[in-house]
Amino acid sequence: MSLAHRIIPCLDTDGERVVKGVNFVALRDAGDPVVLARRYNAEGADELVVLDIAASRDRRPTFLETIRKVAAELAIPLTAGGGIRTLDDARAVVRAGADKVTVNTAAVLRPGLISELSEEFGSQAVVLAIDAKRDSNFWRVMTTGGRVSTDLDAISWATKGAELGAGEILLTSMDRDGTQSGFDVALTAAISKKVMVPVIASGGARWPQHFAGIFCEGAADAALAASIFHDGIQSIRSLKEFLAAQNIQVRLPC
Amino acid sequence: MNISLLDYGAGNLPSVERALQRLGAQTERVCTSAGVAKASALILPGVGHYGALMRALDRDGLRESLIDAIERGVPFLGICLGLQALFQKSDEAPTLQGLEILPGSVRVLSRTVKLPHMGWDQLQLRAGSRMLAGIDAAAYFYFAHSYAVPYHAEDRSLETRATCSYGDEFVAVAEKQKIFAVQFHPEKSGDAGQRVLDNFLRIAA
Repeated sequence: MSLAHRIIPCLDTDGERVVKGVNFVALRDAGDPVVLARRYNAEGADELVVLDIAASRDRRPTFLETIRKVAAELAIPLTAGGGIRTLDDARAVVRAGADKVTVNTAAVLRPGLISELSEEFGSQAVVLAIDAKRDSNFWRVMTTGGRVSTDLDAISWATKGAELGAGEILLTSMDRDGTQSGFDVALTAAISKKVMVPVIASGGARWPQHFAGIFCEGAADAALAASIFHDGIQSIRSLKEFLAAQNIQVRLPC
Repeated sequence: MNISLLDYGAGNLPSVERALQRLGAQTERVCTSAGVAKASALILPGVGHYGALMRALDRDGLRESLIDAIERGVPFLGICLGLQALFQKSDEAPTLQGLEILPGSVRVLSRTVKLPHMGWDQLQLRAGSRMLAGIDAAAYFYFAHSYAVPYHAEDRSLETRATCSYGDEFVAVAEKQKIFAVQFHPEKSGDAGQRVLDNFLRIAA
């Protein structure tokens, strides 16, 4: 009897559609968020993440509408983010039906945002999203959808974020994202073993063995993937059955 | 069945509302003591900070009417912080007084594990539970909290019907007459959670 490892599908949205890229570029259409949300809820997803990758001000009403429609489909937790810069942005997302909000670029620019959100919604509702890219001898934090480098080390930033009140780290390996070559086990383990909040590993999932590896060697508390679920390459149900057969604790539908 | 949801600004209120409506219940939001006094069944949803909840109840003058309704036997369900509010006090806001309906205090979970306790976990049944009737013993429920009411078997606290272990063993389901409380989020716990809410609706009907 212990906490189950979570499987989390992610919907990267641009306006009203779900999109998917490789290494954060080369976007293509991957479906209707409401249809996908309904499917994942029924298939046994443990949570759903919806990210607004455009994150532009003029598209914000469309994104909030997407959150509202998606939330109406779900009996599982919903995390939403992309372009959250202020407490008001976060409030709008929570009012639209998100249980948790992710912050990324704005938190790097102004770390106090993490504390503000945590004081308002509780740390269980604040997810610090970190996009990390391997440099010679460390993992560098990237912002603005992976386009801008920072001087931050991903391990120290994750630690600082948890201290400021983030209740969870959504850790994306930019080197692996969209490549289907497997999660970044070394990156995830380095952060998950250092930080005393749950870590969601993201980027690179393809085979069920990748999930087994990220939970065991990578010490991830949850694993996130997008295209393999959207494209029907991997069903959540059969993935969970595989993991359960490997004695990895997962929530199987009763 | 008309269920009154205490609206003090909690983020999870719309999800609880939707989950109840899916089960065919009528819901209304109440935010005044007069509204609470008229309720035929009450739910206190809760997410966030214990201090924010207790201060909101006092700010809106809801504390007395809530205690009064519970003592009159109006069916009551507390969710997450709504469970914690029923106890004496909490480490999260030590200077504030709880509703003091149930014995025991809310403590921070053990620092030996990652906090928050976030995700899907299983329960250990401690006594017959009406809230968990018809639910598989291996079912998972969604938790998202760092504070909980520690469970001590030797206390023989009869209200505790199920516990969960994460660092410490804590109260996951408490029941006493028409008072029900769950530390997890039934509105986010898939089919098992829907069943818990359905059980409450049947009891309240």
